[in-house]
Amino acid sequence: MKQFLVLDLVPLLALALSALTCALLGNFLVLRRQALMGDAISHAVLPGLVVAVILTGSLAPWGVFLGAACAAAVTALSIELIKRLGRVEPGAAMGVVFSVLFALGVLMLEQAHGLANIDLDPSCVLYGQPEYLAWYSAPERAGELLSPSAWASAPTPLFTLLGVATGTTLLIAVFFKELRIAAFDPALATTQGVHAGGVHAALMLAVAIATVAAFEAVGSILVIAMLITPAATARLLTDRLSVQLWLSAGTGVGSALLGYGVAANAPRLFGLPDALNAAGAVTVTLAAGFVVTALVAPTHGVIARVVRTRRLARRVAMEDLLADLYRHRDDPSRPSEIQRPDQRALDRARSRGWVTRDIPPRLTESGLRYAESVMRRHREWQDELVRRAGLDPEHAHLRAHQLEHLPDPSTLPCTE
Amino acid sequence: MTPPAQAIPVHDQALSVSEVVRVLTLQAGHNTTVVTLAAATLGLAAGLVGAFALLRKRTLVADALAHATLPGIAGAFLLAALVPGLGLGPMSLPVLLIGAAVAALLAAWAIQLITRHTRIRQDAAIGIVLSSAFGLGVVLLGIAQRLDVPAGGLHHFIYGQTAAMRASDAMLMAGIAGVALVSTLALKKELALVCFNDAFAKVDGWPVARLDGAMLVLAVTVVVAGLQAVGLILVIALLVIPPAAARFWTDHLGRMLVLGACFGALSGYLGASLSALLPDAPAGSVIVLTAGAIFLFSLILAPSRGVLAAFAQRQTLRLRIAADHLLELIHDNAAPAGPVTLRQFARARAWSPARAGAFARVLSARGLLTRTPAGYEPTPRGRARGERVARNHALWEQYLVTHADVAPSHVDWSVDQVEHVLSDELIARLEAELEREQSGAPAIVPPTPDSTGREAGGA
Repeated sequence: MKQFLVLDLVPLLALALSALTCALLGNFLVLRRQALMGDAISHAVLPGLVVAVILTGSLAPWGVFLGAACAAAVTALSIELIKRLGRVEPGAAMGVVFSVLFALGVLMLEQAHGLANIDLDPSCVLYGQPEYLAWYSAPERAGELLSPSAWASAPTPLFTLLGVATGTTLLIAVFFKELRIAAFDPALATTQGVHAGGVHAALMLAVAIATVAAFEAVGSILVIAMLITPAATARLLTDRLSVQLWLSAGTGVGSALLGYGVAANAPRLFGLPDALNAAGAVTVTLAAGFVVTALVAPTHGVIARVVRTRRLARRVAMEDLLADLYRHRDDPSRPSEIQRPDQRALDRARSRGWVTRDIPPRLTESGLRYAESVMRRHREWQDELVRRAGLDPEHAHLRAHQLEHLPDPSTLPCTE
Repeated sequence: MTPPAQAIPVHDQALSVSEVVRVLTLQAGHNTTVVTLAAATLGLAAGLVGAFALLRKRTLVADALAHATLPGIAGAFLLAALVPGLGLGPMSLPVLLIGAAVAALLAAWAIQLITRHTRIRQDAAIGIVLSSAFGLGVVLLGIAQRLDVPAGGLHHFIYGQTAAMRASDAMLMAGIAGVALVSTLALKKELALVCFNDAFAKVDGWPVARLDGAMLVLAVTVVVAGLQAVGLILVIALLVIPPAAARFWTDHLGRMLVLGACFGALSGYLGASLSALLPDAPAGSVIVLTAGAIFLFSLILAPSRGVLAAFAQRQTLRLRIAADHLLELIHDNAAPAGPVTLRQFARARAWSPARAGAFARVLSARGLLTRTPAGYEPTPRGRARGERVARNHALWEQYLVTHADVAPSHVDWSVDQVEHVLSDELIARLEAELEREQSGAPAIVPPTPDSTGREAGGA
C-alpha cells in the first residue's frame, strides 16, 4: 500500500486529470475540424515554455502558463496571418508555423541546457514522465488521505492539474450553449450575438493551458492523443454533444487508469523488471479503445454499417423481384428477369410466403399486397420528382426505381 | 554505435571568419563535408516531393507519417535484437530505416481506413494516428532501452543528430534522397495532373489512387532519409516550408519545383554548416529555422504573391479607382467639364480634405488634372478618361437592367464596383450586344471617344 501511495497514486491522478481536461476540450476541436490546431499548439508551446523557464528559473506554474499562452497566441495569429496575407493553404500554414516554433524551442532548450536550475529534458518534453511525480512523503495508510492536511505535501503539478481541470470543466459547463452553437454553426452563432471568433480564441487558449498543465504528465505529443482520441471515440457513439462530452471524459479517464495499470503490471507478466512508459501506454490504450469503438459502435461502427448496408441490399433485391413479378403478372412473354430471378432474393421472398414455389414463381395474396405498396411508393416518388423537383417524367421513372425502397415521400421533412 | 570517424569541430569561443569560410566551402574535414552535402541533397529531394504534397494538400498527412516512424524504428530494433535468428544487426541503419518506412506506410493506411470507414474527418484521423503511433513508439523505445543490447542511439532519431552520423550514414541518406529525387522527376507530369485536376485525371484513365500512393511513398522516402539529420518531428518542416516559400515567387509549376528544391538544398546546406559551427545547436532545428527564415523572406518580399507586392497592387488599384471616380465626377458635373473644388471631391468620396488634396496632387503629377484658381480642371487626357469611365458606367447600367434583372435602384451601387475592371474586349462585346438590342431606339450610351483620346492602361 505504501508503495502504491508513494509511486503510483500521484501519477495516476495526474494522468486522469490531464485526460479529463484534454478530452473535454478536444470535443470542440474535433467538431470544428480544428483537431490539428491542437496538434500545432501542443508543438508550439515549447518555445514559450522554455523562455518562461529561462526567465523565472523554475517550472513555476504562473510563468509557464504565461509563456504557453503567449506561444499559443503567437501560433494562432501567425497561422491566421500566413493564411490570409500569404494565401497559403491552412494545413501548410500550420505545418510551417508549428515546425519553426518547435525548432526554435528545441534550439533554446539545447542552449539553456547548461544554465543552472534548469532541468528540462528534451525527450521528456515530448513524452512526459508521469513516473517522476512520486510522492515521497506520502502518508503510511490510505485512510489518512481522507484528511485534507495529508495532501499538503503532494507534488505541486498535481494541484496545478487539479486547478486546470476544475477550471476547464466549470467553463465548459457555464458556456456550454455558446461553445455548442459556435462549434456547429459559427455564422449562426455570430448572428445570435455569440462572438464565434472570440469563442475560438478562448478555446485555443484553453488548449494551450491544458497542454502545459498536462506537460509533465504526458508531454507535448502524447497530449494530442488525449485531446483528440477520446472525443473521436465518443463521436462514434452518439449524436448528442452533451452525451459526447460525458462519454469522452469517461473514455479519457478510463483509458488513463487502464493504461497506467497496464504499464505498471504488464512487464511483470513477462518477467521484465521495469514498468513501461505510462504516458505511452495510455496513448496506446486510447487508440485501442478507438479501434474497438470504430468496429462495434452501434450506429456509426464499421460492423453496424456493413450489416445495415447488407440488409438494405437484400431488401432492395427482394422488392425489385416482387415489383417485377407484379408488373408482369399477366404477361405471357416472361421477360428474362422472371425467367432467371435472383435466386437468393427468390428464396427470401418464398420463405416469407410472398411468392409461390411454382416455376415460374407467382405472387401470393400477401406478396401481391406488398408489391402493390412498393408500386405505390414508386408512383408517389415519381409524382414528387416531376412535380416538385421538375424532373422529366422519363428520368423521374429511373430515379423512382431507386427511391421506391425508401419510405414514401410524405415522410420527407421538406414536404408540406 | 561507434563514434563518428572524425569529430566536428566545436568551439566555445567566438567564431573566427576563417572557420566560417572553411565550413561553408566544405573544407572542415571529411565527415562535416559529407554530412553537409547529404543534408543539402535531402533538402533538394524534400523540396521537390514536398511541392506535390503541398499542392495536393497532404502536408499534415506527411507529418503523421513522420511521427509514425518511431514505433517502426523501435520495433525493428526489438525484432533484430530479440530474434537473433534473422541475422540482423539491431543498430544497423538500413534495418532501422526499413522499419521506419514500413511503420509510416501502415500509418498512411490507417488514416485512410479511418476517414473512409468512420465519420471521423481527416484532421482528427491524422491527430489520432500521429499521437497513437508516437505513444507506441515511446513504449517500445522504453523496452528497447532496458534490453542488454545497447540502444543508446535510438532516441537520436527523434531530434536527429548529425554529430553522431558517420560518413557512410550520410551517404546512405543522400542515396535515399537521391532515389526520391529521381523518382519524383520521372513522375512529374502524372503527379502534376493529379494535383491540379484529379477528377480530370480519373476520367482520362490515369490511376489516381496509385499515383497518390506513389506520392505517399515518395514522402515516406524523404522522411526516412531525413530521420538522422533532422529527426522525425521536424522532418515535416523540410517537406512543407521550402515549397510553401517557393509558391510565393511563381505561379508556374516547373519554376516552383526548381525554387522549392533550391530553397530546400540551401536550408540543408546552411543549416548543417551552422550547426557544425555553433555549440549546442542541433542540426535539425537549425535547418528548420533556416528554412523558416527563407519562408519569412519570401512571404514578405516575393514579387508576385508576397505581402508587400500584394499591398502595392492593392494600393495601385485603389488609386486607379479613386482617379476614375474623380474624373467621372468632373465629367458628370459640368457639360463642358468645369473645375471641381477639393471640397466637392472630398464630400463625394467621403474623404478628408487633406486626403483629397494629396490625391489631387498625385493626379496633377500624372498629367490628368491641372490646377486653376477655381479648383482642379481635367487635362484633355483626364477628360477623355472621365468620359470613358462614365460611358462604361452607362454600359454596365444598361446591361445589368436589361440582361441581369437587377432592380434599377440597385444598378448604381453594383456598377461602381465593376466599371474599373472592364476589359476593352468585354466593352466591345457589350456595346455590340446592346446596340443590336436597341437598334433604332435612342441610345442612352454616350458615343465612344475618338481613339486618340483613349489612353493606354486606363480603366
